[in-house]
Order: sequence, then structure tokens, then C-alpha cells
Amino acid sequence: MSDYISHDHEHDGIDRRGFLHCMAWAGTGLLWTVSGGVLASRTLAQIAKAGDPLPSATDLSFLQISDSHIGFSKEANKDVTETFKIALDRINAMPTPPSFLIHTGDITQLSKPEEFDTFDQVLKGCKTKDVFFVPGEHDVLNDGGKLYRERYLTSVEGKGAGWYSFNKNGVHFIALVNVLNLQAGGLGQLGDEQLEWLEADVKDLGSSTPIVVFAHIPLWAVYPQWGWGTSDSERALGYLKRFGSVTVLNGHIHQVLQKIEGNVTFHSAMSTAFPQPAPGTAPSPGPMKVSAEKLRSMLGLTSVQYKQGKTALAVVDSNLS
Amino acid sequence: MAVLLGGIAFLNLSLFALGGEMKSDDSAKQNKIEIKDFAFNPQTITVKSGEKVTWINRDEEPHTIVSVEKQFKKSMALDTDQEFTITTGAPGTYTYFCSVHPKMTGTIVVEK
Repeated sequence: MSDYISHDHEHDGIDRRGFLHCMAWAGTGLLWTVSGGVLASRTLAQIAKAGDPLPSATDLSFLQISDSHIGFSKEANKDVTETFKIALDRINAMPTPPSFLIHTGDITQLSKPEEFDTFDQVLKGCKTKDVFFVPGEHDVLNDGGKLYRERYLTSVEGKGAGWYSFNKNGVHFIALVNVLNLQAGGLGQLGDEQLEWLEADVKDLGSSTPIVVFAHIPLWAVYPQWGWGTSDSERALGYLKRFGSVTVLNGHIHQVLQKIEGNVTFHSAMSTAFPQPAPGTAPSPGPMKVSAEKLRSMLGLTSVQYKQGKTALAVVDSNLS
Repeated sequence: MAVLLGGIAFLNLSLFALGGEMKSDDSAKQNKIEIKDFAFNPQTITVKSGEKVTWINRDEEPHTIVSVEKQFKKSMALDTDQEFTITTGAPGTYTYFCSVHPKMTGTIVVEK
């Protein structure tokens, strides 16, 4: 049963064992359990303010999927399309559907049009239709991201290499690109143009606005020896320092890792394709081969809940077993 | 040092034959660089001007070969077991990296 939750990051007084029981009772996963709490507080709010419409502009839930690597067919997972489908099935089965999805990059393995086609085809099966993307390095291999931008930035106003921002329910979302124009010997990179845009983008926001940043490569130094970090992320975080709640979501490293620094929560998601080794535990960060029965416990998705009045967003991972 | 850098900067594409050609030329020695565990092996290779250099990717990750100073045509992303070959040109030191995993760097020393 503990397989269902890798991490419970919401320190809300629910003890872990109790939480797991709740989840077992809910049956299908964590989002519902957490949603249950949200729904209860909504009810209370409605009682307090009788006549008010449902507070739809307050609470929000969305889902992060990452690193689907469509086209990969090696030993670590010979059918990544199938595991991606399973992840979408999990989303479709949620009693309270998420408002939207974010995909934090590496949609494909080799940026091939047919890989993007397969991804798009499978994604059509997802009941949640709004999806926001950032590219991974695997999506921009040979054309600097042209194909990626043509396909996945149709509903947003992408600037430069494809960065953008949007607002949902009072939360400000920032999609950053840190996989292009990488320098020899370096890490992920945002670049001056994007950083200047970011500074301007948040300039007029009130400090109480919850911020969610998503990018493919971690914006914290997870393990620079393997390139798991972004060289100029400090500057980006400098612009976000004054905000009371900043949640930074990434993919790339195919495992759940979290760091909390002041008001900033950094969180990396599992892949839907294959796991990668913990930092420094293998000769290289290449795909990690595990037994067939273990594989799905190392693949997964991340749900994020914003509840008005709570500073930190609840970030909860669930695997595909 | 300034003189050496100037010399390298002066080199351009024409001094390298077009990169990426796959045909083999028996008269030129094949210098192989294996890409394994996110590293170029050997990391530094010394060759004679006019010899070919071939990279082969033994990882399950795609890698690229990109000249730091844009002195030769960059490779497409190489999938597992794919190769990329260039023919070396003027003597000098050429550094390159993988643009997908920029921590991966290598050097070709071309001698007369």
C-alpha cells in the first residue's frame, strides 16, 4: 500500500498512516483524498458566506506528467506508450478531474515527428483537455525546438524559445525553457532574454500571489556532475524571492526529489517512461533497468493542490503500480 | 596563447571536410571515439591531418557532437549504435561537446 505514495509533502497534521488509510478507502489515489478535504472546507466556507457562489476562484488542482519519452524502446521500458496510457487512465479515473495538466518535457525520445504524432494521439484519450508544456532536451534535438513550438504552443503566447506565463484561479504560472543553447561544460540554461522577460513578467504581481514555475531541468543544483541543475537559476529565483509561495516543478531526473528553501518548494516528478538512478549511484544518469514488476512503482505522476489561505501548495506523487 | 587562439579562430568549415559523411575511405586511418556512460572515450584523441574521426554512441541516450568554436558541422542526434564521422583538416586543437548533455566534452588534436 505504501507504494501508492512516494512522498506526502503537505504538512497539514494528517499523520502519514492515517493518510494512507484514507487513500486506501478512496481507492483510486491521492487526489481524491485531498480533494475530499478541499470539498469539506468549501462546504464550511459556503455555510459561512451563505449565498456566495462556489468559490471556484480559490481552490485549484492540476496534474504534472513528465518525461514520456515516446519512441524509447530499450530494455528499461520497451513500451513507453503503454505506460503513458496508464498514466492517462489514472487521470481519467479521478473522481474530481484536475483543472489541467502540465507536461514538464521530454515528450519524445528523439524529437521525431512520428513520436510527437503518437504522443498527441494517445493524449487525445485524456479527458482533461487543457495541457501546458515546456520542452525537454529530447524534444528539441535537431531543430532548436521548431517542431515542438509549432505543436505545443498553440494555445499560449510563447516568447523567445517558447517561455510564457498564465493565471489560473489567482495562481500565476510561469513556464520556462532551460534546454536550449546549452554551453560546453555547462548545465541547463535560461539565458538573458528569458530572465529579463521573467523579471518584467512578475514585476506587477502582489507578493501574496502564489507562483508556480515549471521547467524541464531542475532549477536547483540536484547533482551538477550529471548536469542536473540550471546555471542561471539563482537569478530567476532572485526575481521570485519576495513572493510568499513559490512552487518549482521539474522533470528530467525521472525520480521524486524535493527541497524546501524559505518560501520556495522545489519538486521533481517521476517519468511515465523509465526511472533514472539516484544522484551519483551509477556510472551515468542513463535509463535504469529494474524488474518488470518494479517498473510501474517507479513511474508516476504528481498532483498539485492549491487551497486558498494555505501558503504552500500540496504536492503529492503517486506511482503507476 | 593569443597567437594560438587567433590561429584556431581563423580556421573555418572549409578546413574540415563536411561532417557526417558515412562512407569509409580505406586510405585514411579510422579513429574511433566511443560514447559510453555520458562520456567520450578517449576524451582527447590525437590524429594526423586528413584522417577521419568517427564517434559511435553506445549509450541508450541520444548524444550529439558539436564543435565549441563551430569549426565543423555538428552531428544530428545519434541514437544507440549510430555513428558520425568527420575528416580532419588543418592542424590545431578542436574542442567539442554534446549539446544535449553539455557536461560531456572532448578534444581532437590534429597534427601535421
